[in-house]
Amino acid sequence: MISLADQLLVLCLLLNFAVLGTSRLAFSVRAVALQGVILGVLPALIHPFSWHLVLIVVSIILAKGAVIPILIMRAIRKAEIQREFEPFIGYIPSLMLGALFTALAFIFAARLPLAPEHEGLLFVPASIATVMCGFLVLMGRRKAISQVIGYLLMENGIFVFGLLLADAMPLMVEAGALLDLLVGVFVMGIVINHISREFSTLDTSRLSALREE
Amino acid sequence: MMWAFVLLPLLGALIAWLVPDNRRRSFVLPVFALVHLAMTAWLLADTPPPSPGGWIYLDALGKLTLLSNSILFTVCASYAVGYLNYRRKRPNRVLCVALLVCLSAMTLVAVSQHLGLLWIALEATTITMAPLIYFNHNARSIEATWKYLLICSVGIAIALLGLFFLAYSTIVAKQDVTLLLGSLIDDASRLHAGWRHAAFIFLLVGFGSKMGLAPLHTWKPDAYGEAPGLVGALLAGGLVNCALLALLRVYQIAAASTEGALFQEVLLVMGLISMAFAAVFMAKQTDFKRMLAYSSVEHVGIIAVALGLGRAALFGALLHMINNALTKGVLFLSSGNIHRAYNSKSTQFVRGALRRTPWSGALFLAAFLAITGSPPFGPFVSEFLIVSSAFVQGNYWTGGLFLIFLAMIFIGMAATVLPVVMGKIPNDIEKTPYRDSAHTVLPPLLLMGLVLVLGVWIPAPLQALLHEAAGLLGGGK
Repeated sequence: MISLADQLLVLCLLLNFAVLGTSRLAFSVRAVALQGVILGVLPALIHPFSWHLVLIVVSIILAKGAVIPILIMRAIRKAEIQREFEPFIGYIPSLMLGALFTALAFIFAARLPLAPEHEGLLFVPASIATVMCGFLVLMGRRKAISQVIGYLLMENGIFVFGLLLADAMPLMVEAGALLDLLVGVFVMGIVINHISREFSTLDTSRLSALREE
Repeated sequence: MMWAFVLLPLLGALIAWLVPDNRRRSFVLPVFALVHLAMTAWLLADTPPPSPGGWIYLDALGKLTLLSNSILFTVCASYAVGYLNYRRKRPNRVLCVALLVCLSAMTLVAVSQHLGLLWIALEATTITMAPLIYFNHNARSIEATWKYLLICSVGIAIALLGLFFLAYSTIVAKQDVTLLLGSLIDDASRLHAGWRHAAFIFLLVGFGSKMGLAPLHTWKPDAYGEAPGLVGALLAGGLVNCALLALLRVYQIAAASTEGALFQEVLLVMGLISMAFAAVFMAKQTDFKRMLAYSSVEHVGIIAVALGLGRAALFGALLHMINNALTKGVLFLSSGNIHRAYNSKSTQFVRGALRRTPWSGALFLAAFLAITGSPPFGPFVSEFLIVSSAFVQGNYWTGGLFLIFLAMIFIGMAATVLPVVMGKIPNDIEKTPYRDSAHTVLPPLLLMGLVLVLGVWIPAPLQALLHEAAGLLGGGK
C-alpha cells in the first residue's frame, strides 16, 4: 500500500509539469482535477479505516475532482477563451524552473525529519514542490483563469501535506477548509466573469489602471 | 451561548437576503449591529467558561479584538443607512448580506481557541470582503478586487501550510496532534524545533500578507482606494485586527518556546520596513483614499515594531490596535463623505472640503491629526508608550528610526490632507447631491469622540483588560 502511495505522489509531481508545460486551459483544469482525485485516494492508503476517513475521501474527491473543475470550466466557456497567450514566463523556462523547485523541495524535505510511521514517504517533497509549481503558474501567467489554476495547484500541494494529518485533524477543520476553498473559487469565478465583461479580455496585465507611478 | 453569539449575524444576513426593498433592507444592519454590541458588552462583563473541548473561549486578547470590531461595525452599520440612501439605485442585497456574514466570521475569529477554526474564520472574512470591495462595479474596482482576492487567498493558504507544519511538529515530537492554543503553548518548547521554525515563518508570511505588512502589502492601496468608505473602514479597522489576532496567537506560542526572541526580531524588522514603505509612498499621493492605505501599512508596522520590542511596549501595541481601528473608522467614513460630495478622490479636484462639507472636512482633519500621533488623541498615547519603551530598553536605533518615520509620514500626509480640507474650492466643480447630514456625520463623530476620550482617560476596566492581554503575550514565563 505504501509503495502505491508513493507512486501516486510521483504522478502528482508529473501532473505539475503537465500544467507548467501547456497553454491549453481546459487541459490544465483536468490535470489539476486528476491531482485532486489522487489527493482523495491517498489518505485511504496510509491511514487505517474509519468513517471519519471515508467522509474525508469522499468530500475531497467531490470538491477537488468534480465541483471546482466544473466551476472553472464554466468560467472558461463563458469567457470564450481556450489558451493562455504570451505568458510572462514561457513554457520551457517554466518547466525548467519547476524542475529546479522540485529538486529544492527534495533537499528541503531531507532536512526535516518525518514521524516514524511516515518514514520514507514522498509527502513532504511532493507537497512543497506542488506549492512552488502553483506559485510559478500564479506569477508567470497572464490570464485570470491561469492564475486560479495556479492557486488550485498550490492548494493541492498544501492538501498533500495535510493528508499526513488526515486522521488526526478534527473533521470540522477539514470540512471548513474545503468549504472555504469552494466558496473562494466560486467568488473567483464570478469575478472572472465580470473581468471578461468589463475588459472583454481576461488578460490581467490589462488590469493596470491602479499602478503606482 | 457563544455559538448563538456567532450565529446571530448569520440570522441577520438571512433576513437581509429576504427583505425585497433596498431602502428597508439597510435598516437590518444597525439593528443586528446594536444587538451584537449589547451581547459583546454582556460577554465582556460575564465571560462564560470554555466550551467542552476548549475550542471556544473568550480570553483577554479575544475580548479586545471583539470590542473594537463590534464598536466599529456598529458605527459602520449606522453609517450604512445614510450612505445607501444616497445610492438608492444601486442594489445593496449583496452588500448587506456580505457585511453581516463578515461580522459573524470576525466574531468567530475573536472567540476561537483552536487555530484551525481561527484559520477557517479568517479565510471566511477574506472571501466575504471581495464582493464588498466590488460594490461600485466598475473597471477599477474589479481590478482591486482581483488583486485583493488573489494575494490574500494565496497568503492565507500559506498560513494553512504553516498550521499543518505546526500540527506535524507535535506528531514528530510524539505528542497527541493538536491545534488547540492552550496545549500548544504548554508544549511549545517540546515541539520539534525544525518543523516549528518552518511553521513560524509560513504563519508570519501568511498572516502578514493578510495584515498588509510590507513588502506583502501590495493589494492594500487598490482595495482601500476603490472600496466604499464604510468597507474601507472595516478592512482597515476590523480585518486588520482579525489578522493581527491570528498573528498574536502565533506570537503567544513563539514566546512560550525558545524561539520568541528570533520571532520578535523578524517582527521588528518587518515593522520598520512597513513604516519606511509608508513614509516613502505617502508623499506625493494624489488620491486621498489610497493615501489612507499607506497609513494603514504604517500602523500595522507600528504594531509589529511594538510586538518586536516586547515588555512594556506590548501594552502600547494592544492599545494602539484599538486606537488605530477607531481612528481609521473616522478617516474612511469622513473621506467617503468627501468623495461623495466631489464625486472624485483626486486632490486635483477636491479642495476646500471644510467649506463644502464642513462636518466631514473637520472630522477628516481631526482624524488626520489623531492618526499621525498628535495629542490629545488616543494614538498619541499608544505611540508614546511604544517609543518610550524602545528608549528605556536601550534600543536607540529602533526608537530613532521610529520617530524619523513618524515625522516623514506626518509631513507626507499633511501635504495631501491640508489642501483637501482647507484650500479654495475649484470653480469648475461637478454638482453633486451630497451634503453633510446627521446620518452620515453622527457615526464618525461618535467614533472621533471615543478616540479623544482614549487620549485623555483610559477607563479602569479597559486598562485591566489591556494588562491581562499583555500578560498573555508575555508567554508562559
